[in-house]
Amino acid sequence: MSELAFQILLTFDATLRLATPLIFCALAGLFSERSGIIDISLEGKLLGSAFAAGAIAAVTGSVYLGLLAGVGVSVVMSLVHGFACITHRGNQIISGLAVNILASGLTVTLGIAFFRRGGQTPTLGADERFQPIALPFTEILEHVPLLGVVYHELVSGHKLLVYVALVAVPLAALALAKTRFGLRVRAVGESPEAVDSAGVSVTWLRYRAIIVAGILCGLAGAYLSTAHGAGFIREMSAGKGYIALAAMIFGKWRPWAALFACLLFGFLEAASSRLIGIEFPIIGEAPTDLMLILPYIMTVVLLAGFFGRAEAPSALGTPYVKEH
Amino acid sequence: MSAAPPLPRWADIGLLPVINLAIALVVSGLVVLAVGEDPFRAIDVMIQGAFFYEGSFGYTLYYTTNFIFTGLAVSVAFHALLFNIGGEGQAYIGGLGAGLACLALDAVLPGLVLIPIAIVAAAAFGAGWALVPAWLQAYRGSHVVITTIMFNFIAAGVMVSLLAGPLIKRGQSSPTSRGFEESAHLPDMQEFLGFFGIEVARSPLNLSFLLAIAACVFVWLLIWRTRFGYAVRTLGHSPRAAAYAGIRIPRTIIVAMAISGGLAGLMAVNEVLGVQHRLLLNFTAGYGFTGIAVSLMGRNHPIGIVLASLLFGVLYQGGSELDLEFQTITRDMLLVIQGLIILFSGALAYMLNPALARLIATVVAHRESREAPA
Repeated sequence: MSELAFQILLTFDATLRLATPLIFCALAGLFSERSGIIDISLEGKLLGSAFAAGAIAAVTGSVYLGLLAGVGVSVVMSLVHGFACITHRGNQIISGLAVNILASGLTVTLGIAFFRRGGQTPTLGADERFQPIALPFTEILEHVPLLGVVYHELVSGHKLLVYVALVAVPLAALALAKTRFGLRVRAVGESPEAVDSAGVSVTWLRYRAIIVAGILCGLAGAYLSTAHGAGFIREMSAGKGYIALAAMIFGKWRPWAALFACLLFGFLEAASSRLIGIEFPIIGEAPTDLMLILPYIMTVVLLAGFFGRAEAPSALGTPYVKEH
Repeated sequence: MSAAPPLPRWADIGLLPVINLAIALVVSGLVVLAVGEDPFRAIDVMIQGAFFYEGSFGYTLYYTTNFIFTGLAVSVAFHALLFNIGGEGQAYIGGLGAGLACLALDAVLPGLVLIPIAIVAAAAFGAGWALVPAWLQAYRGSHVVITTIMFNFIAAGVMVSLLAGPLIKRGQSSPTSRGFEESAHLPDMQEFLGFFGIEVARSPLNLSFLLAIAACVFVWLLIWRTRFGYAVRTLGHSPRAAAYAGIRIPRTIIVAMAISGGLAGLMAVNEVLGVQHRLLLNFTAGYGFTGIAVSLMGRNHPIGIVLASLLFGVLYQGGSELDLEFQTITRDMLLVIQGLIILFSGALAYMLNPALARLIATVVAHRESREAPA
């Protein structure tokens, strides 16, 4: 295998690792928005759960307790968002923004108070983090040309949550397409009146959808601080929640298309970090800064309807007022 | 549960916002308590730091200036029912406009000519950055919230690549431009008032504060005293009514967003022309987002926005004192307070509305029944 091909393979490998939090968050946004609740608080939930997971894993030494804490905190943040915009019919964007800003402030404030490390949590040891999983057959396939390397470098050796994210996509697609809950979530995002008149509670349904979103964001946050990284650092979500939001929109509120968008955006990030300082013929130094904003530009172009139309759920953003 | 009586106007404008703010501050106090510090001492430190130390009030007003611009920006769009979350990016690109004007012309033009050009450039670049989301909203129906969020990130990327590339000061590695010539410095308040024989302590407060006050008057006139403002408010109340009234909706959206972006861009006048005197990364420091909180608290009215900006000015200046006085509370506490204010004064603004309305109705009824027999 040539050096270039191997580098490309490693870039794909990094793509998968960088896309994982995006996949979780995009699916989270998908459940929330398909039920009619705009969720710009993905970013805040990601940050909050990363902090909780990092902190609890450091204190207890258990990565799974950390995971549980991350998911718990993220669900609570979802419920705050829900309390404001489902129960009190507040503006969903304002509420999401409040959650994001609160997460930025609280993670650092509490981090300093608990650990006194300038907002970081203690660095996690190997047994306090998720470890790479070697899939079976790696050794058998090792001597098969091409396939062996691809299997060893790309498919095998990721952390548990990477595989969970990849499994979550078909599950989410299935849930939305086939289960009673998923169909109702889609219905309540399109026409809450119809769901209400069928005797199903719009409020409870939307709460369940955002709880699912909270769980998914929690997994993403735990991945950031206890799998991808070794502890929480301030602002470690670094806009990933917004990129996931863009990916979800880019995927037209559909799980498989969102997965594709997450992989594409992950690839841009993976490639740009490998291309820093590399000179190309004609274009000169790789425009890595611009590569990183490409996801946002592509999303805007898509939203403009220049290639295909991205149709949001029709009741998105509108609080439901039950008629008496 | 019976429907609550309507809340009297004085309570809606005066009482409810104060109660919501009080809840946000009380919860902030609980957070301070939770991290093991005394909230009352924190308040004392902040008030000392915002008003009483030498030059501190100038600092407070310097922050206030930023918030007036970004708050006004959000409010103008909001009157047309447009949620401009892009103030941060518009201010950033506004700074690019002002900076480019200064870098290009500061060697040849005197300040009296250059500074107005730079101010216009800041507004024009900010407006231009809002124009694409505005156009997409007006003609393609793309949600302005999402596009302005995306444009914030695009602005950040553009600024990084410009400041690390073509605009970087030669022979240094940190991504900032060269400093502007003296002629491009906006006079600070100490200098300006000194000219009239008034002495004030040194602070970053500069003439852009007066520009901010002028912008308030401009917005008030624009929204409540012009035909365009009438169109904006009609659109904000009912897009359908606006359409029937013959208001050109796409044009109104685009102009409202451009003015909004222009106001956000003017924030850079304070930071770039008034204080930093060069272009650098992240000089917007979240002020664009704080503008949303300011506009919400100020109920989208210039007077309310000035008051809310002053409050946030006190919080920011007082908050920087927290860093010095406390081990465990830092400036990040400001974000907590800000988040709670947005939550309680914005998202949950009407949580207490029914309860308060009932309470007021009961009190009024009680008083009337006591007065009646006499």
